[in-house]
Amino acid sequence: MRKIFTLLKVQYSNMLEYRVEIALWAVSGIIPFFMLNIWTNNNLNEAININNIMLSRYFLSAFFVRQFSVVWVVFSFEEDALLGKLSPYIIQPLNPFFRYFTQHIAEQITRFPFALIIAFLFFLFNPESIWFPNLIFLFLSFISTFLSFLIQFLIQSIIACLCFWTEKASSIERLFFIPTLFLSGLLAPVASFPKYVKSWIYFTPFPYLIDFPANLLSGNKTNISEGFIMQIFWILLLFPLFTKIWYEGTKKYTAMGS
Amino acid sequence: MVENIIEVERLSKSFNISSKDPGLRGTLKHFFNRETKSVKVIKNINFQIKEGEIIGFLGANGAGKTTILKMLCGLIVPSEGSISVSGCLPYRRREGFLKNITLIMGQKQQLIWDLPPIESFYLNASIYDIDKFEAKRRIKKLSDMLEIEDELYIPVRKLSLGQRMKSELLAALIHKPKILFLDEPTLGLDINAQRNLREFLKAYNNENNATICLTSHYMKDITSLCKRVICVHNGSISYDGKLEKLLKKLSPVKEVLIVCSSEKDANKLDNSGFKVKSKVKNEITLKIENRNVSSSLRTILNNYDIEDLFINEPPIDEIIEKILVKKKYTF
Repeated sequence: MRKIFTLLKVQYSNMLEYRVEIALWAVSGIIPFFMLNIWTNNNLNEAININNIMLSRYFLSAFFVRQFSVVWVVFSFEEDALLGKLSPYIIQPLNPFFRYFTQHIAEQITRFPFALIIAFLFFLFNPESIWFPNLIFLFLSFISTFLSFLIQFLIQSIIACLCFWTEKASSIERLFFIPTLFLSGLLAPVASFPKYVKSWIYFTPFPYLIDFPANLLSGNKTNISEGFIMQIFWILLLFPLFTKIWYEGTKKYTAMGS
Repeated sequence: MVENIIEVERLSKSFNISSKDPGLRGTLKHFFNRETKSVKVIKNINFQIKEGEIIGFLGANGAGKTTILKMLCGLIVPSEGSISVSGCLPYRRREGFLKNITLIMGQKQQLIWDLPPIESFYLNASIYDIDKFEAKRRIKKLSDMLEIEDELYIPVRKLSLGQRMKSELLAALIHKPKILFLDEPTLGLDINAQRNLREFLKAYNNENNATICLTSHYMKDITSLCKRVICVHNGSISYDGKLEKLLKKLSPVKEVLIVCSSEKDANKLDNSGFKVKSKVKNEITLKIENRNVSSSLRTILNNYDIEDLFINEPPIDEIIEKILVKKKYTF
């Protein structure tokens, strides 16, 4: 734990060097607000029985969940692996993925004040949407957002490890981003999806990435126990897969670029 | 008796490499039907290294020196044969093994670019389970030895190449490794920085009885640090033994610079049957075989009017050049 804590401190110091860049990233995550605009201006919410206020709270929550679960490990890892920067880390007694993991956490901590400012501005223009989430739900949504981050981190780490074989694993991630964008609840609450999509979507990890934590935070109806069980199920499924692919991949590592 | 800390037997490494013909046709062919072939870059090599030894790996670019180091430190997995480093199989990367070794690559860095090196040092200390007090003590000692006390708090991106390399060295040595793998550690450094680094490595070796495996294209690194060298040619070992013996074998001649009292004497000496390397006015440089040096000098002193005389070994770089192109040395 001491290693992780020190890594986190160092990565946080490093992230503070990029505070302007992180502020811009935070601003760039405002897709949910565009979607909110489209939904409310076209009265689409009536079809799914969610009023305007609950819908705006949902999209603000989706914005927050996205801010604290966004993952980019595949891009950093791919660059490090292809340029040989991974080499010194691979022969240290700590899996290099802990570096990327703490980088993400440090970046989320750095993002937090900027996300709060954006939320403040949102409430300034939509005062009717102001709400104070129940503390228990706030805590549960915090946990589910972290679990969502873990699922996405594991999925991307597995994809990142494919660069031991394919070199350009980030193109697979780009392909994977399409279902993530449409099925996670970032563009629309999963409740609004057609019946036949809803019949299978809950067996995939996607609704647990944005929709489930955002519903918890905004106070919309959701099946809490099922949501957490599925999040833990996906983590338990992905973690051994990641360790296996990492173990096999490092055997293929050729320490290119050095 | 000093024990072998590294043992390598029948070690080979092959890489799958795809090739592409030039032009659009080659590109399309490469896209639809990529041809890969297995290239054996290390071929059945054997050697042992004793604890505390400093070994220089010599060879031309692409000879396989770095690949050998990468296998020794566990970065890449061998295709055939066996390696034992400190009693461990390196490629398994067990914690005990990793805490015992370090790898420094001249052109790669592990320091965090935007932060002062001290942050990376403390980070590495915690990765290697060194407590803060001990880490502080080691940083103080190593920064004194490397003379970088003033640079510890300056962001890495603002440091000169030499200062950065010293900081890299400190980061890589904070856990006091017993085996150092150094791949071109002085690459790009100026002469002073190179000398300082060599002095530091010598001191580290003496103080910790550390084993050092080194590759370098700067011959001074090899000659001032290594008693033993392993020459690698096309993935095979062409020589493994004392550097001194190799140099003697490859330079069976001495260069004798003679300052004659007049140009006429120098001309006379030029036509006397000795092998002449160069002649400038009254100064003439002869190449004389080691076994004939005393008799030849007697002849010269008795028959020619000379003012001064210097006996030199041929420049080391010239000798090493021969090593890089020759396939096998048998003594």
